[in-house]
Amino acid sequence: MAIDAATVRKVARLARIAEPEERIEALTQELNGIMTWIEQLAEVDTDGAEPLTSVVAAGLPLREDVVTMGGEPQVVTGNAPKSVSNFFVVPKVVE
Amino acid sequence: MSALTKLTLKGAIDGLAAKDFTSVELTKAHIDAIEGARGLNAYILETPEQALDMAAASDARRAKGEAGPLDGAPLGVKDLFCTKGVRTTACSKILENFVPAYESTVTSNLWRDGAVMLGKLNLDQFAMGSSNETSYFGPVTNPWRAKDSNKALTPGGSSGGSAAAVAADLCLGATATDTGGSIRQPAAFTGTVGIKPTYGRCSRWGVVAFASSLDQAGPIAKTVEDAALLLNSMSGHDEKDSTSLDVPTPDFTQFVGKSVKGLRIGVPKEYRVDGMPAEIQKLWDDGVAWLKEAGCEIVEISLPHTKYALPAYYIVAPAEASSNLARYDGMRYGLREEGANLAEIYENTRASGFGDEVKRRILIGTYVLSAGYYDAYYLKALKVRRRIAEDFDNAWTKVDAILTPTAPSAAFGLGENSSDPIAMYLNDVFTVTTNLAGLPGLSLPAGLDANGLPLGLQIIGKPLDEGTVFSVAGAIEKAAGFTAKADKWW
Repeated sequence: MAIDAATVRKVARLARIAEPEERIEALTQELNGIMTWIEQLAEVDTDGAEPLTSVVAAGLPLREDVVTMGGEPQVVTGNAPKSVSNFFVVPKVVE
Repeated sequence: MSALTKLTLKGAIDGLAAKDFTSVELTKAHIDAIEGARGLNAYILETPEQALDMAAASDARRAKGEAGPLDGAPLGVKDLFCTKGVRTTACSKILENFVPAYESTVTSNLWRDGAVMLGKLNLDQFAMGSSNETSYFGPVTNPWRAKDSNKALTPGGSSGGSAAAVAADLCLGATATDTGGSIRQPAAFTGTVGIKPTYGRCSRWGVVAFASSLDQAGPIAKTVEDAALLLNSMSGHDEKDSTSLDVPTPDFTQFVGKSVKGLRIGVPKEYRVDGMPAEIQKLWDDGVAWLKEAGCEIVEISLPHTKYALPAYYIVAPAEASSNLARYDGMRYGLREEGANLAEIYENTRASGFGDEVKRRILIGTYVLSAGYYDAYYLKALKVRRRIAEDFDNAWTKVDAILTPTAPSAAFGLGENSSDPIAMYLNDVFTVTTNLAGLPGLSLPAGLDANGLPLGLQIIGKPLDEGTVFSVAGAIEKAAGFTAKADKWW
C-alpha cells in the first residue's frame, strides 16, 4: 500500500497544509518509511478484539444544559489575528 | 544564596515552615540561577516579577498561618499549560503570540496550594518529539555532559525544558506532560524523577492538546517524595475535562518509604530488546536485586504485544493530533498568513505555523483517517491497543507492579537522531505501552553509565495504584543511593 506523490498532495490538501512541489518527493519517502514500519501491525491477530478508544471505563458524564461561562466576547476575540467590535474578521467566502 | 536552589521541594517547604528563609529569598535564588543558565535554553519565558509577587503573597499567607501544602515553592511550568495572561506557545510559531485568557486546571491547583511560578519551560513543538529539537525556540541542552566531553546532549523530550530545569536546580519541580514517554524519558536522561499518573488523574483542561486519549500531565522532580508532593496538588476531578476521573486523591507521600515486603514485581521478558546497552541491562538487574533484598518477589512475566505498541501509537497519536490541530486555522487565534482565498489562507497559515515533525504527524494522521484506509490502519491500531491493554490485565493477575528500564539508551547528542524519524520514535519503546493502556508509570534515576550519564528505571502500576508505584520507587531510590548531579558548566 505504497504512498505515491499524488497521495501526498491529496493528504496535504485534506490537512490544509501547503506543501511546495519540491518537498513532495522527500515527504513521499518519509511517509512511506513510516507507514512501512507500521505495516508490522498486520502480524497481530486482532480477531474478536474490541477497538480500544478510551481507557476510561466510565461513561461520559452529563450536566444540565445551561450556560456556565461566557458573555465575554472581548476575551474570546482577544487573541484573534483580526477582529472588529468583538467579531472575528474572516475572508469573504460567499461571492 | 545558591544553596537554596540545591534544596529538594520537601526540604524547601520544611525550611519555609521553620522560617529559615522566606519564599521571596527562595524565589530570588532561583531567579538568579535561571538568569545564569540561559545557555541551557530551558526557560523560553521568565516571569520574575510575577514570581516575586507570588512569593511575597505566600510569605504573607504563611505569616497569617494560612500556608498551603506547596506554599512559597518556586516551580517551572511546561509551556503546554495555559497560564492566564502569560504567553503560552506549545513552542510553536503558530502560537508564538498566544496569551491565554484562562488558567489550566493543573496549574490552578498548584497556585491554589501556594506554589510560585518562575516561568514557562521549553518543549518539543506541540509535545511532538523525543529530543526537544522540534521546539520553535531551539532545543534545550542537557545540563549533563559525558565524562571528558563538551558535546551538547539532548535532555530528551518532549518535556526537556522541565527535566533540564529540575536537573540544573532552576526550579524545585516542574509540570510536564506525557503522551508516549514525554515525562519519563527526559527524567531518565537528566537524573530526575518523573511520573505519568493514571489517565484521568490530572485534568487536561487548559493543556494544549496533542493526542487526547493518551495525553496526561504529571510532575518532574528531584526526588520520589517531591514527585508525590507535586502530584498530590496536580491531581483531582475536574468537571471541565469529561475524562477526568471522579475519584479521591490519596496522599501519595504516605506511600514513599512504605515497606515493599511481599510485593510481587513483574519483569517483562519482551523488554529485553536487541541492541540494548549492557549497562542498561545491568541497571535493570540491579533494580531487581534491590527489590529482592527489600523483600519483593520477582516474577518473570510476558507482555507479548510490546513490540507492536510503537507502531500502534504512531497511528493513534497522529490521528488524534490531526483532528486536534485542525483548530489552528488562523481565524480565531494564532498566526494568520495571507492567501488568495480562504483555503489558501488555511494552507499557508498551517504550512508556515507548524514545524516539520508536526506537519509529518498531521499528514500521517490525515492519511490513516482518510477514506479507504480507516479500517486498515486506524481501526487495526485500536484493536492492537486493546491487545496491549489485555497484556497488562493478564500481568496484574500475577504481579503488583512492573519494573523495566525507562529508555533504551542514555542521553544522546543533539542532532544525532534528527534525520531518522523512526530512530527517534524508538526512544519511547519502553514508555509508550503505559500511555496506550492508561497506566501510571514513574521513572527514577538509578545509576550512571560508563560515561557518567544518568540512567533511569521505570515502575509501572495498576490503574489508580500510584501508591504502590511510589512505594517501589522509594525502595529503589533508597537502595540506589543516587545523588549524582551534573557538574555546572553553564
